[in-house]
Amino acid sequence: MYNSISSRRNFIKKMAQLSAMTAAAAMFPGIIFASEQEEGIPNSANLDWKKGPCRFCGVGCGILVGTENGKAVAVKGDPNCSVNKGLLCVKGYHQTMCIQSKDRLTHALVKKNGRYVKTPLNEALDIVADKMKSTIEAHGKDAVAMYTSGQSTIPEGYVASKLMKGAIGTNNLECNARLCMASAVAGFLTTFGADEPMGCYEDIDHADYFITWGNNMAEMHPVLFSRMLEQKTNRGAKIIDFATRTSRSSTASDKSILFEPQTDLAVANAICYEIINNGWVNKSFVEKHCNFSKGLTNMGYGTEDKYSFKDKPEKIDFEAFKTFLNDYTPEKVAKYSKVSAKDIKYLASIYGDPNKKVVSYWCMGVNQHTRGTWMNNLIYNMHLLTGKISQPGNGPFSLTGQPSACGTAREVGTFTHKLPKGVVMNEKHRRLAAKIWKVPYERIPSKPTYHTTEMFRAVDRGDIKFIWTQVTNPLVSLPKTSRYRPAMEKDSCFVVVSDVFPTPTSDVADVILPASWHIEKGGLYGNSERRTQHWDKMVEGPGETTPDAWMTIEVAKRMGYGDLFPYSEENHVEEIYNEYRQFHEGAKHGMAPLEVLKKESGVIWPYVDGKSTQWRFNAKYDPACKEGSDFDFYGKPDGKAVIWQRPYEPAAEAPDAEYPFWLNTGRVIEHWHTGSMTRRIPVLHKAMPEAYIEFHPDDAKALGIRDNENVKVSSRRGSCVLPASINKRGLPTRGQVFVPFFDENMMINDVTLDAFCPISKEPDFKKCAVKVEKA
Amino acid sequence: MPIKSYLAHPKKGEKQALINALSELNGCEVIPATNQDVVVLVTETLDDASDVILKEKIEHINSLKLLALVSGFNTPQN
Repeated sequence: MYNSISSRRNFIKKMAQLSAMTAAAAMFPGIIFASEQEEGIPNSANLDWKKGPCRFCGVGCGILVGTENGKAVAVKGDPNCSVNKGLLCVKGYHQTMCIQSKDRLTHALVKKNGRYVKTPLNEALDIVADKMKSTIEAHGKDAVAMYTSGQSTIPEGYVASKLMKGAIGTNNLECNARLCMASAVAGFLTTFGADEPMGCYEDIDHADYFITWGNNMAEMHPVLFSRMLEQKTNRGAKIIDFATRTSRSSTASDKSILFEPQTDLAVANAICYEIINNGWVNKSFVEKHCNFSKGLTNMGYGTEDKYSFKDKPEKIDFEAFKTFLNDYTPEKVAKYSKVSAKDIKYLASIYGDPNKKVVSYWCMGVNQHTRGTWMNNLIYNMHLLTGKISQPGNGPFSLTGQPSACGTAREVGTFTHKLPKGVVMNEKHRRLAAKIWKVPYERIPSKPTYHTTEMFRAVDRGDIKFIWTQVTNPLVSLPKTSRYRPAMEKDSCFVVVSDVFPTPTSDVADVILPASWHIEKGGLYGNSERRTQHWDKMVEGPGETTPDAWMTIEVAKRMGYGDLFPYSEENHVEEIYNEYRQFHEGAKHGMAPLEVLKKESGVIWPYVDGKSTQWRFNAKYDPACKEGSDFDFYGKPDGKAVIWQRPYEPAAEAPDAEYPFWLNTGRVIEHWHTGSMTRRIPVLHKAMPEAYIEFHPDDAKALGIRDNENVKVSSRRGSCVLPASINKRGLPTRGQVFVPFFDENMMINDVTLDAFCPISKEPDFKKCAVKVEKA
Repeated sequence: MPIKSYLAHPKKGEKQALINALSELNGCEVIPATNQDVVVLVTETLDDASDVILKEKIEHINSLKLLALVSGFNTPQN
């Protein structure tokens, strides 16, 4: 156990302290206890403080890790990091405590005769390489797959992409960011032709209004939320929470507006209707910088295997868009969204007021949506119609969930269709990758293969016969695990899992590889605001733990691709980054040199002539804009962003007589995603030891369910038993229940549905139909 | 040996005075919120009698508006 709480009394003191902090957080969402970071530091310590990014969410807080005698003994916020200015959330302070967990994976384990046998790492890597090679020989290169993560470092993602796409020649590479950010990516690409937000966190210091769309920032992005609260207190900035559930963010906001699940599409259109109807359109901006388009509708939901969809964009004009919006008057939308026409008009008036600066924030509520790409497009519509974009304090800002969903998954490109620059479908992009990777151009296939859901369906069908997962725990995080757990247990697929701790995913592995944790290796992450963050290795890992990047390189060498991976074990992070950086040369995505990243607490790209570009597409700030332009959305060939006509369509599955409740799933502040790290941090685990099912009190009363009573929640896919939570942390609307997904002992994803957005292929974890009964 | 945690709410504008007063008391550990007017207080005393005396001292601090108990533990003496 962690040094500073080695005694029982100290542990109890820590628990007492955390209980009080948790209580304070319920009363004051976004509350921060900066001095707590100093509390764990031994009095006589002579600590060596090393900088890096936090291991957990996409905010990308800078941390300082205090090491003594080769051990990490304290963590504090980096005061020099502009992201968090020295603040950290409760997960951030305690992050290194998981390293010394007793069940840490310290050596490779190979399953022999149904039992795991401790095996030298070199031998385990031989087995992995042999199996991958023999599978390709027997079944073709598309029979092997890698599934990585938005928590993989940039070098880890890069070598995975190079191995799969450049060396082997298959696009069977995916990552768990498909589950959280794919709709954001598809939204950016369809509207702007370029991924990632145009603004940065400094927008918080300038905005008059923050409108959060289905986004509980007080728990999921607490440091950013605390910065918003500071502006609320100091400048009178307003926070409007638009959500399906009353959360800590709602109670801290100036106004909470609740909507019926899925109807955010209609409300966004109604806001656009109001903006146009009231003459609030910024006509000169729209005329100069926007096109209008519509795409296909009634796309389906992807619930069947091998579902495919390709949108067919068609240009329209402003008048056609205006006519389309006639179906979305506030009065019409109020009838099914359960948002009053008055509230819709209020939201529209905020976007429409030319004298008020507005930032829209969203994350999983918008992205994990069967029409997630559309919802992203619709939020951009509001900002484009009013010209409130790419300026300090004015802009749409898609937040990320994972620490390198942007840096690794999106920028390096660990999706099936992506390359480090561009997409596999584009010949120019394939030629660039082939040139930098020094492989024949023809080797990189031009057709994407499996997105995440389909990848695990292919495992189930027996089409994928080898899969290697890194830095992720899909058998807790995928939707409909009731199908994909048995799929991964089948003998038809050889499963390799690299991880730091045992998980339900490693439980089905044929080989388990012991991965280094965050600070036991060097690396780079990229956060929500395009900030690339570097850190050096800070402590040695136990046993034979090894960085994932190096294990990938070792397997590549064993498969005969050594000439493509000429990196040294000591300097591979630096060597890989310098190679990768070539992909993004130029004013539109230039990345800072490593020597700059080593000095700074992260640097925003595009990095041009020694300077970060904080607001893209605005010529005042962005040197990539065409000369003489004021705004230039240069991701599109004509420099114009697209305002999309996207209708309201119902969810894939809605409550009915048999399954009368909506199920919404999500996270809690104490735990990181599937809990494999934070449930091994004693104070966090004690603070939130198990999952629960939240009810509206009226529903609980009607069902005769009392607080803490066990309840069985069932869908057409599976069921799960959890204790009821009534009037505690969150309050769902009537007819809805909410369950956090961090608890591997209460597998709510056995219940969820694997429907996804047909454009982004991101599943909807927020909406399916369930019934509830006393267990 | 009782260990308790409280949320201590200061009177308006007196957060620093409350922090100072609590910090001077033996057995009190103070963690002030950075961005709100509230202080986490953890007390550690030898026995129940000392705990009562300490609580009385805390409640007599002028800058204290409200003291709310959050958790209480009793551990065997080392």
